[in-house]
Amino acid sequence: MSSASAAVRIEGVHKRFVDKESGRTIVALRDIHLAIPRGTLCAFVGPDGSGKTTLLRLMAGLLRVDAGTIDMLGVDVRRDPQQIQDRISYMPQRFGLYEDLSVQENLDLYADLHGVAAEARVQRYQRLMDITGLARFTNRPAGKLSGGMKQKLGLACTLVRSPELLLLDEPTVGVDPLSRVELWEIVEQLRRDEQLTVIISTAYLDEAQRCAQVYVMHEGEVLAHGTPESLSQHACGRCFTASGDSRAPGRILQSQLLDAVDMVIDAVPLGGAVRFVLNEATAPDAAPLHAILKGARIEAEAPRLEDGFMVLMRAKLQHAAAEPRSAVPRLAARASPAPDPLAAGGAMIEVRDLVRKFDDFVAVNSTSFAVSRGEIFGLLGPNGAGKTTTFRMLCGLLPATSGFLQVAGVNLRTARADARRRIGYVSQKFSLYGNLSVLENLEFFGGAYGLRGKRLRERIDTVLEQFELRGLERTPSGHLPGGFKQRLGMAVGLLHEPDILFLDEPTSGTDPLARREFWRRITSLADTGVTIIITTHFLEEAEYCDRILIQDAGELKALGTPRDVWVQAGHSATSSLNMERAFIDIVQQSRQAEILRNAEVAHGA
Amino acid sequence: MAHEVPAMPNRARRHHSPQAVLLRLVALTRKEVRQLLRDKSILAIGLLLPVMLMLLFGYGLSLDVRNAPIAVVMEDASPAAMDAIVGLQLSPFLSPVMLTTMHEAEALMLAREVDGIVRVPGDFSRAMAAGEASIQVIVHGTEASRASIILNYLTATLAQQGIRRVDRSGLDNTSGIGSVDVESRLWFNEANTSTWYLVPGLIVLIITLVGAFLTALVMAREWERGTFEALFVSPVRPVEILLAKIIPYFCVGIIGLTMCLVTATFLFAVPIQGSLPILLFASVLYLLVALGIGLLISSVTRNQFMASQVSLLASLLPVFMLSGFMFDLRNVPAVINIIGHLLPATHFMSLIKSLMLAGNVWPQIILECSILAAYAALFIGLARMVTRKRLD
Repeated sequence: MSSASAAVRIEGVHKRFVDKESGRTIVALRDIHLAIPRGTLCAFVGPDGSGKTTLLRLMAGLLRVDAGTIDMLGVDVRRDPQQIQDRISYMPQRFGLYEDLSVQENLDLYADLHGVAAEARVQRYQRLMDITGLARFTNRPAGKLSGGMKQKLGLACTLVRSPELLLLDEPTVGVDPLSRVELWEIVEQLRRDEQLTVIISTAYLDEAQRCAQVYVMHEGEVLAHGTPESLSQHACGRCFTASGDSRAPGRILQSQLLDAVDMVIDAVPLGGAVRFVLNEATAPDAAPLHAILKGARIEAEAPRLEDGFMVLMRAKLQHAAAEPRSAVPRLAARASPAPDPLAAGGAMIEVRDLVRKFDDFVAVNSTSFAVSRGEIFGLLGPNGAGKTTTFRMLCGLLPATSGFLQVAGVNLRTARADARRRIGYVSQKFSLYGNLSVLENLEFFGGAYGLRGKRLRERIDTVLEQFELRGLERTPSGHLPGGFKQRLGMAVGLLHEPDILFLDEPTSGTDPLARREFWRRITSLADTGVTIIITTHFLEEAEYCDRILIQDAGELKALGTPRDVWVQAGHSATSSLNMERAFIDIVQQSRQAEILRNAEVAHGA
Repeated sequence: MAHEVPAMPNRARRHHSPQAVLLRLVALTRKEVRQLLRDKSILAIGLLLPVMLMLLFGYGLSLDVRNAPIAVVMEDASPAAMDAIVGLQLSPFLSPVMLTTMHEAEALMLAREVDGIVRVPGDFSRAMAAGEASIQVIVHGTEASRASIILNYLTATLAQQGIRRVDRSGLDNTSGIGSVDVESRLWFNEANTSTWYLVPGLIVLIITLVGAFLTALVMAREWERGTFEALFVSPVRPVEILLAKIIPYFCVGIIGLTMCLVTATFLFAVPIQGSLPILLFASVLYLLVALGIGLLISSVTRNQFMASQVSLLASLLPVFMLSGFMFDLRNVPAVINIIGHLLPATHFMSLIKSLMLAGNVWPQIILECSILAAYAALFIGLARMVTRKRLD
């Protein structure tokens, strides 16, 4: 038996955990078999709780298997975990940086621990700094970096030396598209130059598409594995795009398609059109389908990994639940269609010359925009661009240094408490009381918003229906699965019927399945007239938005519909749009202009 | 089945070399020191709190009785009666309040404004002439130890006055007050100041605080902040992680100890009768015990809040209550005495008290040092056992 060809060989691995509070046994992994050849790039994809992290931790020798063997680089991990830990690098999902140490001190610590020689260090640091853009911050304490920057520093600490094998657990969660591209460049270069084996878990299927091997995991089992191409074939001949009226947001057609649960497996707004995957039983010329498409032009598409993934997941879920997928509950439609943002004049949010400074640092510089009722408005930008600062000012959590800021007709600078009553906020992290039940959380926050008695009960009933939380009223909210926690967060945010709902990176780290469901809820919410302000790092999600704003270094760089922004990025109005491309182009163009300006100033002086 | 044993690559083996171990240890220790210096709260607990405790206990908390207010009821205003109580007015321990009726005295006693009543009855001079004079002494008994001290002072003061009177009158009086010459003397705390007794105990308390309480937080903090997961998947050995935690806090403990000894000697003039090197050696042993306990608690709880609570209950409070710091263990029930002697602090407490106040008692030094060394080995060994590079 030769282990020379495989970097990792896993045979019959089982792993169980005992939940301390309830005493129940949770099966995390069930009979896993896999072999990963040396020098390849391999991805684990799957929903929350599918066992990806547990598998990586077992490989790193941080957990012990209950049964089966894990052979890493020819060593039985169970027998000699230290040898494995000497030879591999591992980036956990939550990379624990030492927050009171500076960026440089964190890097030095890991370089020392891995015994990186001084001369190798200079070169390595230079490259890591170039890629991560951390060079400006070397003396800053790690705790004072933005979320995305922390993630990049974590990756830099992991890559201070060249290991024989690299384990990355969702390394790009919360990292902006620009940096994601750069991070993947490092990973691929390492693999090429040093024949490194890389194993990565990710929620981004476009990242998995770059890998040689993909393992699709679901509830502790490997559902399917193969090359991205072979996995895509599960959706072969069933992928189409429908392009209709290019002025209406794609999400309208997309939500109609997604709701046709007996015909359509998946639908997303993409490239200005709607991409959808049909189930096996439905032919592309089926009459009920065309009733929805209403004469939109249909073209067959080559399947992508994401399409194959969705087909596999839907099949598995339907099989497990033995009941058909249900559409997200319809909400009472608003009385009148949303007024045109400019014509109506009644903007829900109006911002003029907004500035926020922290000491000398200008986090947000003279930004102006308006958002109208029922609009889905996306705030995009690289890490550290000022998105969070803008967001917090809009929510009234942070006062503006100067400028005009009106939310729901109330001036935030003069009547902050009043404005707050009109807005709901769902933070990135789950911020409800984990040991209170679903109902207790709703009652508490309802009370905090000033709801009581019959009114409170009515509202709680409504949101329980709306977010399908019935039957879970008594469950401690900390025990809810990830997607349910988010629903509860939104239910709480909407209890007091706000006019505006703020969502901070709600889809970071969630799988495509959960993201579809989430966006379906958001679009139906917008249909009822609620204004949605959202930040995201998934650029394809920008196409759900009516309009988006791109910020970089505190400045507004682009504003408009996704197509407007595509044109602003220098592309033709009729070409198929790619929001990720548009984002990267706009940020790079503005940064180059900045460099040129600085050079001119230096030259002139 | 012949399993092919792959040759361990050079770059894996080099992690075992002494230089590599030293490099990692230095890197980890440097990290720990930086965190220590940047976290003001830890520095405050480690360095400021010992000084505060020293001053608080040295000046604020004293078991001595000084200027205890005493109501003196003079129902007989004759010169003989005045002569009997003049000693009370001269005593530095008592401060008499002169009254004429018992009624007033009782009111003051109830208001807790006086600690005792000395009543010279109306027939004092007449009874004295008959050789059977008596003085009533009443002491507020709510604080038993204070009450007995005051009672002692009162009887001693009154008795002395009696002796003097007998001397003066030249009468041979074999009965009644002042007939016996009592001269008492205290050993090992000649001044009978409780500062002498408290300061050595305070050193035990401060070492426990720095050793167990501070280190209880450091491992738990890494677990809580998730910093261990990435650190574990590196050539770092568990023993290096532990050593890197022990070294800086050991230094903080030594600084705390030095500050205690300096304040003890120069501010409170507590003598060090025994040998200083032995005192330092025993303190180092006890510091290691405390560090071991702290690291053990921290590794097991993995949660800062819980670790601080547990270390408070398991190390700091027992030092207060059960080690003989405040209460002499010989006076407590047998069960408490046994529990007290299971605590490492008790052994260090008795050793440091005798080293500072009595001198070198070799059998005791050898016994207690061996016990402390065994405890140090036990707790650090246990801490090493529970520190595994595993998440479950």
